[in-house]
Amino acid sequence: MTLSQPTENKHVKPMNMIEIETFKEDDINIISVKGDVDASSSIHLDEALLKLSEDSSTKYIFIDGTDLEYISSAGLGVFMSYIDDFKTKDIKMILFGLSEKVENVFQILGLDQLLNIVEGKKEAKEKLNEF
Amino acid sequence: MISEKGLLRLSLLFAILCWLALIVADLFLLFAQINQANAGITKEVPYLFLALFILFTFFYFRLKIQKAESVNFIDLLWRVFSTGLIVSLVQLAIGLFFYLLSNSKLLQNELAINFFYHINLAAVIIFLTSTFVVWKRLILYQKNRRLLIIWQIFEYGLLATLLFNFFQQQFPDWAFLGLLGIFFIYSLILSFNLKWIAYLNFKQKWRSILLLALVILYLYYFINNLINFDNEFNLIMNLLSDVFVLSLVGFISIYALISILVILFNLPTSSVFEQKISEVLNFQRLSQSIQKGDNEDQVYNVLLESSINAVFSTSAWLEIFQEDNSNKVIRSAISEHKMQQVKKSIQESGIFSYLNRQQNYNFKKNLNPTKLTANLNDPDYNSVLAVPLIIQDRQIGLLVLLKDVTDGFNKEMLDIISSFVNQACISVENFELLSKALENERYREELKIAMRVQKSLLPQELINDENFEMFAFYESADEVGGDYYDYFKTSPDKTAVIVGDVSGKGTSAAFNMAQMKGVFHSLVQLNLDSKTFLSRANSALSNCLEKTSFITAAYYLIDAREKTISFSRAGHCPALYYDHEKKQASYFKNRGLGLGIVRNESYQNYIDNHHISYKPGDVLFLYTDGIIEAKNLQGEEYGYDRLSEVVALNGEKTAEAIKTAVIENLYEFIGSEGLDDDYTTLIIKFL
Repeated sequence: MTLSQPTENKHVKPMNMIEIETFKEDDINIISVKGDVDASSSIHLDEALLKLSEDSSTKYIFIDGTDLEYISSAGLGVFMSYIDDFKTKDIKMILFGLSEKVENVFQILGLDQLLNIVEGKKEAKEKLNEF
Repeated sequence: MISEKGLLRLSLLFAILCWLALIVADLFLLFAQINQANAGITKEVPYLFLALFILFTFFYFRLKIQKAESVNFIDLLWRVFSTGLIVSLVQLAIGLFFYLLSNSKLLQNELAINFFYHINLAAVIIFLTSTFVVWKRLILYQKNRRLLIIWQIFEYGLLATLLFNFFQQQFPDWAFLGLLGIFFIYSLILSFNLKWIAYLNFKQKWRSILLLALVILYLYYFINNLINFDNEFNLIMNLLSDVFVLSLVGFISIYALISILVILFNLPTSSVFEQKISEVLNFQRLSQSIQKGDNEDQVYNVLLESSINAVFSTSAWLEIFQEDNSNKVIRSAISEHKMQQVKKSIQESGIFSYLNRQQNYNFKKNLNPTKLTANLNDPDYNSVLAVPLIIQDRQIGLLVLLKDVTDGFNKEMLDIISSFVNQACISVENFELLSKALENERYREELKIAMRVQKSLLPQELINDENFEMFAFYESADEVGGDYYDYFKTSPDKTAVIVGDVSGKGTSAAFNMAQMKGVFHSLVQLNLDSKTFLSRANSALSNCLEKTSFITAAYYLIDAREKTISFSRAGHCPALYYDHEKKQASYFKNRGLGLGIVRNESYQNYIDNHHISYKPGDVLFLYTDGIIEAKNLQGEEYGYDRLSEVVALNGEKTAEAIKTAVIENLYEFIGSEGLDDDYTTLIIKFL
């Protein structure tokens, strides 16, 4: 989406490096996303989701956004692009632990209507029973 | 002032007139002598005409020959030769004439004989003066001040001897001979100024020897001819007693003779000189070739060719390492198969291992030239010189030169090859830098075009009428942004307004924005309600946008007669509404989903249609998320609360004043005017 041309930042701002970890609890794959997800770092999030999407054993994916500081429209684009994909593969994705600010970003775009967003991990597991 | 051409013609005319006068005066004197009458003129009169004739001829050739600046040495010598040829032909014709008429009465006539002698005289003087001027140019080639002074003394001294004739009778023979002797010695000294010879190549040297020898031959023939006349006939005017003419003859023949000898001795070394000249020229070619807009190959070819010529190598190749590991090889007089064979021999010689070691140091150390050459154990080649091509610590290629003799490469050759290689590397590097700069420039140009296109997509004029006033502010971080706003009056009372944000930035965002504009202007004319409008826009854009792209938008229909706004939101940040009565600003709260996120009919389930009534003094504040997400130095976002506060405080002002207040507050918050995103606001104040 973005041009690869490096843009010069005239004033330095504290940047939170993205940190993505994938691990498995029983049959639930958990991706914990830390830091800022912007145009360039969203690629890593995409990679992690793609890997799980291609794994036929994947049934449930939890996105742990407890330490997610910021998400840009490009980051939202990544989640958006997997909605259809997961629907056809019958993979359930649940996001939890989002800060008010981050959740607001999802809400404004309307993604909260399409994604399963809950408060915490406990609620996420409860949500699993609804499926 | 008379032009140079005029001077030339004038001096020629005067020379001819003086010569005719000389003939008339001489013949008149002779006639008087024969008839033992008083001629009424003294002997000095013809001398005066002779002196003037010589002076004008000299002046003529000086102008003519010195004017031709670019003439090369061989051309100059050729000019002397051809003048000599014409003069010889004239003399031969006279000789033949005399031979045919040897028994006729005409030859008994002294007047006739003297007339023919005068023709001879003119011809010889023309030859002498023209040759003198040519010699002058040769001697003064690469002159210095000292030489110039010495020459001027000689030249003026020589011209001064023209006066000698007038007092000939008063001077004894020894004065005549002494003067001649002085000029001969002076000529000898001047004759060692032969710098021009060094610039002749081998072929030119041989040609010069031939031409100079012919000049001496001419002189011998002319003098012989004059002596014959002197012996056989009674001459009223005898050139052989003229110091000027004799000195000139001596000077010309001495210089010709010494030149011949020096050229002869220089013949064996001329190849070295030629070699040096060609090295300099090749060096120049290497540094210039890239500027003409050729590619690197041109430089490589020149490098290989000049290197081979510089060291007389038997065979050679130039290997260029390319990024994809496929080496480009330019070979000269060696087959692919033989090259591979020789490579193995070079491997044994240890040059490659030396180069590999240097590569580990990134070629930071100076190369030891003696390590680059070695003797080979190969049937065809006995020595090798391998020089790496290095640009900024990275090796871009290898030049390999081969010779069929052992120890074929001396230090001088190493030096010249190194400098060739260095120059080639500089050229290639310059070329690379230039191409990169051009590429960047082109990229920037494209962005500029995209920016112009994008700016032109935004409306140039906004509505300011009795119902409401609009004011927009747009500023983009990159050259190209993705923010969009537009409006359309569907009827005198109804106005549709859209504000949107295309995900991503740069050129692709601008393209998507253009699509959005197209969709807006197509659908707005259908008078749809805001929810249907967005549903239709979604299905239209679903077929156009890339899979991960989406557009957020908000659509507002303002009815000025009913004083209502109906609106829907497609994932765009909620509009801020200022209530004039309550003096409060608040955000619309309604559902919505970005365009292109759900690409089917179910999209309409995710958006709402809202309806409000407005009162005069209310303000609809539309914006994009760039403002909300603007961060200060501490990484804190500007946020929704700050925005609503500043709008609430300034809500009573005009649309433009509200914008100014918001932007000032925003810049104050982020602490600098550097933009990270696109900032767009569209403010509508109802009247």
